[in-house]
Amino acid sequence: MSVTKDGVPAQAGTSPAGSDASAGRGRVSRPGRRRRRRDDPRLEHVLREQASVWTRMKRERWTYAFIVPGMLFFLVFSYVPLLGNVVAFQDYSPYWGIGGSEWVGFDNFTAMFSDPQFLGALKNTLIISFLQIVFAFPAPILLALLLNSLISERTKRVVQSIVYLPHFISWVIVISIWQQVFGGAGPAAELFSAIGLDNVNIMSDPDTFKALVVSQVIWKDIGWGTIIFFAAISGIPNELYEAAAVDGAGAARRTWHITLPGLVPVITLLLILTIGNVLTVGFEQLLLQQPAVGADAAEVLDTFVYYRGIAGGDWGLSTAAGLFKGVIGTVLVLAANKFAKRLGTGGLF
Amino acid sequence: MTAAPQAPAPLIDRAVPVYRPSGKRPVWMGTPSPGVQLLKAITIALIVLVMLYPFVYVIAMSFASREAAASGGFFPTAFSLDAYRSILGGDVVTRAMLVSIGITTVGTTLSMIFTTTLAYGLMRTRDVPGAKTILVLVLCTMLFGAGIIPNYLLVRSLGLLDSYWSLIVPGLISAFNMVVVRNFFMGLPTELFESARLDGASDWRIFTRIVIPLSKAVLAVIALFYAVGYWNSFFNAMIYLNDTSKWPIQVVLNQYVVQGSALTSIQAPDQPPPPGQTLQMAVIVVATIPILMLYPFAQRYFTKGVLTGAIKG
Repeated sequence: MSVTKDGVPAQAGTSPAGSDASAGRGRVSRPGRRRRRRDDPRLEHVLREQASVWTRMKRERWTYAFIVPGMLFFLVFSYVPLLGNVVAFQDYSPYWGIGGSEWVGFDNFTAMFSDPQFLGALKNTLIISFLQIVFAFPAPILLALLLNSLISERTKRVVQSIVYLPHFISWVIVISIWQQVFGGAGPAAELFSAIGLDNVNIMSDPDTFKALVVSQVIWKDIGWGTIIFFAAISGIPNELYEAAAVDGAGAARRTWHITLPGLVPVITLLLILTIGNVLTVGFEQLLLQQPAVGADAAEVLDTFVYYRGIAGGDWGLSTAAGLFKGVIGTVLVLAANKFAKRLGTGGLF
Repeated sequence: MTAAPQAPAPLIDRAVPVYRPSGKRPVWMGTPSPGVQLLKAITIALIVLVMLYPFVYVIAMSFASREAAASGGFFPTAFSLDAYRSILGGDVVTRAMLVSIGITTVGTTLSMIFTTTLAYGLMRTRDVPGAKTILVLVLCTMLFGAGIIPNYLLVRSLGLLDSYWSLIVPGLISAFNMVVVRNFFMGLPTELFESARLDGASDWRIFTRIVIPLSKAVLAVIALFYAVGYWNSFFNAMIYLNDTSKWPIQVVLNQYVVQGSALTSIQAPDQPPPPGQTLQMAVIVVATIPILMLYPFAQRYFTKGVLTGAIKG
């Protein structure tokens, strides 16, 4: 059953499989129309190319009925807000709207880069991102390797279902639970006082907050992150391991020389995505905890945009900050993609 | 020509046979030393403990009696339902749960309808003029987002502030989910569509009678993702709903547990108040239960490779 989609005319006879028997069973045409020329299946491709765009659109009019609602959604809720970013170049006031507000050029951006609060948020964002790339990014790889080395399928499945679980819990619940366990009244505080450290509340300590953020991310998503690595590991042919074992490679060397190289494409892919998100660090996670630890430690770009804009009413400047973040993110992901392609590991697109 | 409806090929291409551990150690592997095995066992036990203990602790504490909660420790001993009686007797938590359930049900249904129809429409990019362009436009939205403020301004200018629709409409279709579904649809045997079309079936009929029934597995996963997303959504509700009586459970949870507002207002008025901590735990449990109920059902699908196919679209 060939489903070749790009049958060039020379090979077209083989492309609609077995179509000699049911001549003209074209995917293009509906039965009952265009009878005259459809009879030769080899012409199908040529016919399709020759039919005018208008004819083809008319033929597919019901397909458009499927496309239009979704397309409208993306136009209104993805592309209109994209245009809404012009607010970044305005002294926007809700009263005047986008049409009536005064244009101020790059004033918002200059104001932004001399705003200590923004610079602090940028610094926090970069530090947390860096910590996450160093600690949270490799964690699922290590866990996947560890679980992969288990022999018992059942143990593996049980452990997997346990470590996936926190991924599905909202940040509100995660923070609530962590507060109960690590907060001032929880068992962790008791543990600390048992070893002589009184009044330790790591949930509201600004000094250790960034480590806390990274730990929470690891706790929540380490299991979920392993899924994609498992898929990649299961794609590595068994023969490689056998051959290596025969040649005397132990478990560690097999991991290093076979499993890890097999994971490189996936790791590259995810690293590209991570780099594109360098300016996005767990928005809800930080928003929720900022009241407890204070803005100095917990202000990141997204929370800055929220507090300045929606809560504070400084629309122009906060949109500028959001736009800055979006543009940098897109540029980074494109650059990382190009770089990965040049390295020969294949990019994302 | 009459290809029987069959399960589509797995989305991960496997050109070569793959090592499938069968619960038995292959001969070539060699047994690790007892020390290594012990280390592995301990590591895994620790990971499981770290993952599970917070849940177990919160659930246990929510059932703790007053004395047991006061005495603290790693695990309470005496049992009581007071906390649940108290929060479910008051109207804040009950109403928030109903709101969340409503949003999740309506939102998931609408999301599934719009996602699957768009995925079906964008399947045949070669035949349908313009479909390719639209697909690329949709994919581009995964690359950049518009930012918080423009989205907020849009929702406000559409008059959706303080409306439940503001929690559903802005996230109606996720481009990623659409791509996953579309990839799955495209893996279905083309012969089915062609023969149906030859028999005079309309697109709508093909969609509802062939495509949807054959895609149940992937649709279950995607529906789960949407449902979890709606259930967990917090920020949208926080910025779009000023009317506290419309708050879904996540916002209530934030207000009374994370930010620690006085809990008296969420209890039944005639109940003697159980300790605040127990009440908080009970709210956490109530907000988590729906996820815990869906989880075992959905968990089976995750490793089946349904998702990995979409990453590289």
